[in-house]
Amino acid sequence: MDLSYTDEEEEFRAGLRDWLAAELPRLPDRPDPLDWPGRRAYDCGWQRRLYDAGYGHVHWDASPTQRLIFLEETERAGAPYVGANFVGLLHAGPTIAAEGTPAQRARWLEPVLRGDEVWCQGFSEPDAGSDLASLRTRAVRDGDAYVVTGQKIWTSHAEVADWCELLVRTDTEGPRHRGISWLALPMDAPGVSVRPLRTLAGSTEFAELFLDEVRVPVDNRVGDENDGWRVTMVTLSFERGTAFVGEVVACRRLLGELARAARENGRWDDPALRRRLGGLAAAFQALWRLTQRNVSEAQATGGVPGAGGSVFKLHYSHARQELYDTAAEVLGPDALDLGREWNLDRLSSLSYTIAAGTSQIQRNIVAERILGLPKGR
Amino acid sequence: MDFRLSRDQTDLRRGVRELLAGRFGREALRAAVDGGGGLDRGLWKELGEAGFFALRLPEDEGGVGLGLPEAVLVFEEAGRALLPGPLVATHVAAGAVPGAAEGTAVVTEVSPEGLLPWRDAADVVRGDAAGAVPVRSVDPLTPLHRVPGAGGAAESVTVLLTAAEQVGTAAWCTDAAVAYARQREQFGQVIGGFQAVKHLCAGMLVRTELARAAVWAAAVTGDAVETAGAKLLADEAAVANARDCLQVHGGMGFTWEADVHLHLKRAWVRAALVLPAGRAAEEVAAAL
Ligand SMILES: Cc1cc2nc3c(=O)[nH]c(=O)nc-3n(C[C@H](O)[C@H](O)[C@H](O)COP(=O)(O)OP(=O)(O)OC[C@H]3O[C@@H](n4cnc5c(N)ncnc54)[C@H](O)[C@@H]3O)c2cc1C
Repeated sequence: MDLSYTDEEEEFRAGLRDWLAAELPRLPDRPDPLDWPGRRAYDCGWQRRLYDAGYGHVHWDASPTQRLIFLEETERAGAPYVGANFVGLLHAGPTIAAEGTPAQRARWLEPVLRGDEVWCQGFSEPDAGSDLASLRTRAVRDGDAYVVTGQKIWTSHAEVADWCELLVRTDTEGPRHRGISWLALPMDAPGVSVRPLRTLAGSTEFAELFLDEVRVPVDNRVGDENDGWRVTMVTLSFERGTAFVGEVVACRRLLGELARAARENGRWDDPALRRRLGGLAAAFQALWRLTQRNVSEAQATGGVPGAGGSVFKLHYSHARQELYDTAAEVLGPDALDLGREWNLDRLSSLSYTIAAGTSQIQRNIVAERILGLPKGR
Repeated sequence: MDFRLSRDQTDLRRGVRELLAGRFGREALRAAVDGGGGLDRGLWKELGEAGFFALRLPEDEGGVGLGLPEAVLVFEEAGRALLPGPLVATHVAAGAVPGAAEGTAVVTEVSPEGLLPWRDAADVVRGDAAGAVPVRSVDPLTPLHRVPGAGGAAESVTVLLTAAEQVGTAAWCTDAAVAYARQREQFGQVIGGFQAVKHLCAGMLVRTELARAAVWAAAVTGDAVETAGAKLLADEAAVANARDCLQVHGGMGFTWEADVHLHLKRAWVRAALVLPAGRAAEEVAAAL
């Protein structure tokens, strides 16, 4: 057990700090949250700066510890987060890096790292949410292409994406999990249409994706035919593993802001609120430590996070919702004003216990895969 | 003791529910949201004619002559239907402000927490609204102003009727979650068959029943402490049930199209408007 970093890691940290201090004041103004093309341009511009400075690769090639340091320092400095590049950098990218052929890695990874291409994730379907393996979007082989027909839903960032990591059914006969393949779908292919869906926060950050006989080259398949489920599990463990690290740091920063705001407006005098903030600070500190442990384990086992990601995700998503409820308490009546800081984030936080696997599903995973309890209802 | 609804009370509740279902059903609700949330004067007038505001005025003053126990039943239905407008303030103003009882005047009120709903739509604003600043309301169907320097304590009736509306939201959320859990299938069965979902739904019912019992009892006793306790439980039931209902709906629950977010947002408004949880709990504790 050792929480200290090596000299090399500390050097990496110091260099990054200097770079951030010089670079962040030069960033353009943040776009309006409802301006998707503007957000894409901003997020890709940031990624490009990282790339040019030699940090573009950090999500995959760097050691998990370096990645942790990167996320910690960027967040601490108030740098932009991955934004529209979430799927490219944290889902599809790592999957291609782990499972793709050299040609596929060469084709898709560089543009993501350079901030040239944006990806989205087309997994969920209207009838396949928690039960992802029941997905029905059909891909039929026709020469050197698959002909894909079906519907996806809740596809985040679909409107501004160039590529979609798509799960399709390539076999309808055998066990459900063994008939799925992972394809890279070009979003501008004929037969692809996107219908934006409005969230309860009023934005259209996800969409329905309709696929009508879309031809996707067989070369766009990552992993073997019918092996997409295993390939997907790699992606999902990334999603639940380290994808939220930066946000834990952000939550810790927010706690500091809440304490400051409460001291200013007098609510700090309320012991119940102080204790709630104290409890949350302990939880986020521990979540940070849990992340460090998960990362150490990932480092030892070759970089793919395991079921420990579910432990983290489960506690984190509830703690973060609680954090915004506490922010509302700090704000008092101003919590009803969407023009005030934190209140839109509170609305967004309602999705945390649903997206990337609901809390009920995470509990099933913890109970069945970690504790070995029997599968059941 | 017989702490059940009388036949008249049951009929009243059914009557109000039917009236609101006909006059402010789902389509009207969504039209109001899409239309930017103005106040429907025609509906307000109809509510007045149905006795919604004059409910507790004596018959010789043109009222319906009923009491708080009936009023909480009516306001629970209003909460369930997400009926917009300063309903409680106008109801409380009946008899004091001309036109309030009949539904020809819309009356709003500055809350002690410094919130003023529906200022621009109202004919009469009670309380000192000087310096009111419009805010971007979280609830698309409750326009809000912030009023600096407000204070004082809310009237007990206002607190109780707001709590009754919260019970309506809690009950709606339970029904909606159960209906969805019966119909949505994953893993080859309805999701209501999974214990995790079942337990969410059961918890919602428990919160609703607890809050409803507290609200009904406070309506009978008129006791201020019991009222504060009822508000505390009703706020908790409304907010927690809306969140659990959202959870049961999965991704669908996070959309604008699903109605559950409208209930959650309204529940937040009602919780903050009068006697918020911290104050309510202090009031109950002070009586120990
Ligand atoms: C903001 C947001 C962004 C998203 N982005 C994407 C994206 O980019 N790409 C993508 O592919 N998907 C995305 N999703 C979809 C997300 O992964 C699904 O919503 C999620 O997996 C749940 O599926 P569902 O919505 O169909 O709910 P359902 O699976 O229908 O679940 C409904 C309820 O039943 C419960 N339930 C279901 N099965 C069980 C069980 N076995 N045991 C106990 N309880 C159960 C659930 O916990 C939930 O409470 C996003 C969702 C949200 C909210």
